[in-house]
Amino acid sequence: MDTKLEIAKSEPIWNTNNKVISIITGLIILLFVLPVFGMNSFYLHLFIMIFMHAVMAQSWNVIAGFSGQISLGHGAFFGIGAYATSFFYMEYGITPWVSIFFGMFVSAIFAVLIGIPMLRLSGHYFAIATLLIGISFQVVFQRWDLVGAASGLWVTMTPEDSWSALQFHRSKVPYYYVFLIFFLITFFLVWLLSRSKLGYRLRAVRDDPQAALSLCINVSNYKIIAYVISAMIMAPMGSLFAQYILIIDPDRVFNIEISIIVLLITVLGGIGNVWGPIIGAAILVPISEYSRIYLGGTGGAVDLIFYGLILMIICIFRPNGLISFIPKDILERKKQR
Amino acid sequence: MKILTVENLSKSFGGIHANRDISFDVEEGSILGVIGPNGAGKSTLFDLITGFTKPDTGKVKFFDKDIFGISPDKISNLGVGRTFQKLKPFADQTLLENVMIGAFVKEKDIKRARDRALEIIDFVDLIEKRHHFAKELSTGQRKRLEMARAMAIDPKLLLMDEVTGGVDQKTIPGLVELVKKLKKTGVTIITIEHNINIIMEISDNVLALDQGKRIAFGEPKEIQNNKQVIDAYLGTFDAA
Repeated sequence: MDTKLEIAKSEPIWNTNNKVISIITGLIILLFVLPVFGMNSFYLHLFIMIFMHAVMAQSWNVIAGFSGQISLGHGAFFGIGAYATSFFYMEYGITPWVSIFFGMFVSAIFAVLIGIPMLRLSGHYFAIATLLIGISFQVVFQRWDLVGAASGLWVTMTPEDSWSALQFHRSKVPYYYVFLIFFLITFFLVWLLSRSKLGYRLRAVRDDPQAALSLCINVSNYKIIAYVISAMIMAPMGSLFAQYILIIDPDRVFNIEISIIVLLITVLGGIGNVWGPIIGAAILVPISEYSRIYLGGTGGAVDLIFYGLILMIICIFRPNGLISFIPKDILERKKQR
Repeated sequence: MKILTVENLSKSFGGIHANRDISFDVEEGSILGVIGPNGAGKSTLFDLITGFTKPDTGKVKFFDKDIFGISPDKISNLGVGRTFQKLKPFADQTLLENVMIGAFVKEKDIKRARDRALEIIDFVDLIEKRHHFAKELSTGQRKRLEMARAMAIDPKLLLMDEVTGGVDQKTIPGLVELVKKLKKTGVTIITIEHNINIIMEISDNVLALDQGKRIAFGEPKEIQNNKQVIDAYLGTFDAA
């Protein structure tokens, strides 16, 4: 009996699959050197959008996939991030590198303020409440003169490329690296989170709140913590997006589509899985960008039809997302049996 | 030393008195068996003690601390563990992960929490199943999982709702042995149990409920001969 226990204790806590580690390392190196070999600006844009959407979806994954609360208003935090950098840069000349943190901070405050009353609602009611909050942010910013109301903010362009103003006009390559680095840092931190005590406890809250309560877990507090972390992941993407396009308005950065797309990407890739959002973004973002090219302006909404179709197929045949196609023994969840 | 003192505890849902004026106490290190027909208010009583349902009136004391009406996470944090009648495992997580979530209460470090969880899983004899997902386990194994998970928070008092309910006859003796083994570790146990032979075998005291009220409280022998209990409950069994 003791020996079995000793064997169990001597197992590593996490399986490390050297093959997977080398594949991931290879991919990261590839992403770093890709622009060096010359990528036209469309492909740079495509990768930037994939990185951005992967992080946005990861943000949603933390609240929905880890703690089980479906938020339909996550666009609010994206918008807050976008306005934070643009507004403070234009009004006070504060570098976006600092105001990114303002955006995160303000988003965190709002997550707490929204979370305290709303996360007491369970299931669908939280989703509906967040949907309305997301819309109300858009309405407020459309009428708020200080931040340009409906016409939004046109960030003053620097004459030259500037790292301090985080503006690059000659090439998209610097943006590519900025987004790539945020993408890598976010995924690394969320990966750590999923393996931490906090990650374990969030999954407990998701799977069975009552059982979690019986194990000393203050369920409402943990939901709020997840919501705050989620908001703080979303806000920097709004900030970087604002720096990338340099014109922001409420219709764009508080668009309900943002709240929906993060859901679609995550569900497609695999909800509750750290890697799901990458897979989802790598598939959905190109569909959206290509349909925009071939079918004009808004993609003729064909991309939305595509999304709907894919989502239906996924929900019926692969409720755990595309990630579930990858053999289990490669994923970290499966340990030696 | 009394580990739990309950005085005149009452709870009604609408017009239904789920628990009415229930009083009893539990000696540290003992096992209290709770019996009663379906709908007698046994599970409600558990929910009131552990904070899952807010009681209306009465007193609940854990050692000297008043725990009447405080939240379940705070009560569990004081050292009151519980299992559920309708089992609530974290289904998509492995047995080890289930128990680790409990173990994190005592161990902050992930490796130490893992080792603590493994020791408890070994205690409930499921060490070979540690990497199985909870949903893959049998009912009896999931009962052990819930016991292990509750033990992981290192409770001084453990409330177990129907340890032997819903499992086949062959599984029952093992679970009963486990309860006895658990008692030897010094933890105080309150258990809801329908199998009267088991109650008589393991309990130091028995609390009998019927229609939300206490009809008897005392040593198993007294209960067995109590007329009210026989009428309400034991009459349906061929009681020894």
